[in-house]
Amino acid sequence: MTLAAAEHAPAASRRGKRAALVLAACAAVLIVAAAAGARYGLLLALGLGFGIVLEGLRFGFAGPWRALILRREPAGVLAQLIAIGLVAIVAIPLVSSGDGEITGAHAPVGWAMAGAAFVFGLAMQVVLGCGSGTLVNAGSGNPVGLLALPFFAIGSFAGSWHVLWWTDLGALPPVVLGGTTGLLVTLGLLAAVAAVLLVVAAPGTRRIPRRLWIAAGIVALLAIGNLVVAGQPWGVVYGLGLWAAKGAAVLGADLSQSAFWSAPGNVVRLNESIFTDVTSLTNIGIIAGAFLVAAWRAGGLSDRLPRLPLRAWTAVIVAGLLLGYSSRLAFGCNVGAFFSGISTGSLHGWVWFAAAFAGSILGVRLRPLLGLEPGR
Amino acid sequence: MTRRLTAGIALALLAALTAFDVATSELDPFAAPPMLALGSGQAVSGAHCAALPE
Repeated sequence: MTLAAAEHAPAASRRGKRAALVLAACAAVLIVAAAAGARYGLLLALGLGFGIVLEGLRFGFAGPWRALILRREPAGVLAQLIAIGLVAIVAIPLVSSGDGEITGAHAPVGWAMAGAAFVFGLAMQVVLGCGSGTLVNAGSGNPVGLLALPFFAIGSFAGSWHVLWWTDLGALPPVVLGGTTGLLVTLGLLAAVAAVLLVVAAPGTRRIPRRLWIAAGIVALLAIGNLVVAGQPWGVVYGLGLWAAKGAAVLGADLSQSAFWSAPGNVVRLNESIFTDVTSLTNIGIIAGAFLVAAWRAGGLSDRLPRLPLRAWTAVIVAGLLLGYSSRLAFGCNVGAFFSGISTGSLHGWVWFAAAFAGSILGVRLRPLLGLEPGR
Repeated sequence: MTRRLTAGIALALLAALTAFDVATSELDPFAAPPMLALGSGQAVSGAHCAALPE
């Protein structure tokens, strides 16, 4: 082999690998569309898009909140607010049209809901992965995310058994910021939060990088696509709980004893394929999309796995369970409650944001104590 | 050990989930809803994180 040929061989191999990745993703979408229906193929494609953008452009939730808390760097959170605002401009009028085709992420504000959002914020800083982040981390080979994910699903299932009991402790009816007034209030609140962040930001950190502008725009488009295709906003937690519920049913659990899983809509989901469930499809797409990006990058999967103490792995398991349980009680995670709740006009999204951010402040301090930052 | 191992496990778990689903439920593309919910005239199912069971 000549020197030139030797130099070209790895590049050709890499191109072949990348072509195979794209073909596999397209094939998966087409197979689901053919086997289950065009809507479901499209939802898997949207999920792949989310995974590719979140991993490829490093658009996340837990990391930017940590950067804001520890270093007063607001860029990542500002990008989240921009994405939410862009979705709200389309979503709130659509949801407010009120013909039942499109529904928002509307949930009651209550004691348990707020407390659970606090716990979620804490736990997501311990594992440095939120709802979408845990999926992305697992898909890109992060062992912490991979270990947390099944316990997230189990926790969500456990939370579904108790959610009505917790909600009965005290909750308001869902409060919805609808119509033009609701949209203006939502955009005004987002702008107010952004202004506060810009005021408290450390010097030299106020500029949003181009990558995050692009990511915010694409995530917003994908979220609007999710709403138009599925009739419901982007979510994560329901699908994970459903996977665990299906597993529990096979193992002999009597789900008719659960008020949550015996509700007519959930009985249908239990009996149908996960490839006809909205959040399952986007969750699968996010994991696969993140894998695609990690495998696409030169050396993207060659990072050595971290050596963490036993207490760190134990903390990951407990945090995974807490993420699932608390997000079920809080009517969503950073995606279903914060992103989709606020962008479709639900007051519970704002309460979730405040409570989860408070929990995150504690969580970033707990993380090194639990051995998850071996360098510190 | 590198992330190649853990990413491979993640893919294997997705494959196992798919196999489990195929073994326990059936798909019928002829019963599928319209491609887009918007304009379909159909109400959504409510299977979302924010939805309380009715």
